[in-house]
Amino acid sequence: MHELSIALSIVDVAAEEAERQGGGRVVAVHLKLGPLSGVVKEALTSAFELAREGSPLADCELIVEEVAVAAYCPACAAERPVASVQQMTCPDCGTPMPEVVRGRELEVVALEIVS
Amino acid sequence: MSAHPRMVEVRQQILKKNDMIARALRERFHEAGVYVVSLVSSPGSGKTAFLEKTLGMLRERCRVAALVGDLATDNDARRLARSGAPVKQIITGTVCHLEAEMVRAALDGWRRPEELDFLFIENVGNLVCPSSYDLGEDLRLVLFSVTEGEDKPLKYPSIFHTADVAVITKTDLSAAAEFDAAAAHRSVQAVRPGMAIFEASAKTGDGMGRWLDFLQSRRTTSRTERRAAAPIAEPANE
Repeated sequence: MHELSIALSIVDVAAEEAERQGGGRVVAVHLKLGPLSGVVKEALTSAFELAREGSPLADCELIVEEVAVAAYCPACAAERPVASVQQMTCPDCGTPMPEVVRGRELEVVALEIVS
Repeated sequence: MSAHPRMVEVRQQILKKNDMIARALRERFHEAGVYVVSLVSSPGSGKTAFLEKTLGMLRERCRVAALVGDLATDNDARRLARSGAPVKQIITGTVCHLEAEMVRAALDGWRRPEELDFLFIENVGNLVCPSSYDLGEDLRLVLFSVTEGEDKPLKYPSIFHTADVAVITKTDLSAAAEFDAAAAHRSVQAVRPGMAIFEASAKTGDGMGRWLDFLQSRRTTSRTERRAAAPIAEPANE
């Protein structure tokens, strides 16, 4: 399980970013998480509770937005949603879609800060 | 003191520290002309045997070396050293995967990339955690053995998505394991359409030639960013 080290990184990234934004107490971290990031949401959420202890983010909430996987369909020449990462084919025409466009995200997208 | 929090938009990759080190490593490797291959699989799928065979065959014509990650022992490093290639162990302790910094530190003062044609990095046996960490490699192999079941790719799609090519190992045991090669290929293609698949037996040497030819051709063709959106396609000459 590497979710704890990921959670510790989230705390670091958020604290650093809050500092850069003029300081204050971070009360929420908004995270984008793709199913292909290799990180499990539930495990990350519990790991975050441990990671925030004793940090400047001690009472901070982690809000995870799960991103759906999308890939490029060469036949439709367009981005298409992927129903299952076990079947990377176009939902419209059935063409295999090797090129993943979205779904690998593991990034902090916003902070809620109280000054 | 305001009770209402203010919302600040940011865009920060959580693993940016690792990614930055990996990017620097990749640039360094490219300048030095060394082609870097990492291996990921579950424990016991034959990474070490496959790598030992690869090192043994390659070192006749190329300068090769290997780094091998393990939680506690240096058994794999000792096995790999039998190939005659220089091998260094990275003991990760409780960490279930290799990170770019471990690769950087292991190379430091050991081998200069300029002295090598190929560097191999064997990750800790784990099909989950290594998928999140870029190591600066050019090519990432995901291996699974004929005894593990044809649906391995369906169970661990993330790791197959970060890998460039797949290797099915222990093919000498195919008959005993009643391995359905066609079903395994279908599983890989369902998860990662277009991905090249090699089948090999480190024991008998079957399939190793085709793999080594591919490796040599990759080294001489232009290098792309490792985290390319699409996998590396099947070699043309079957």
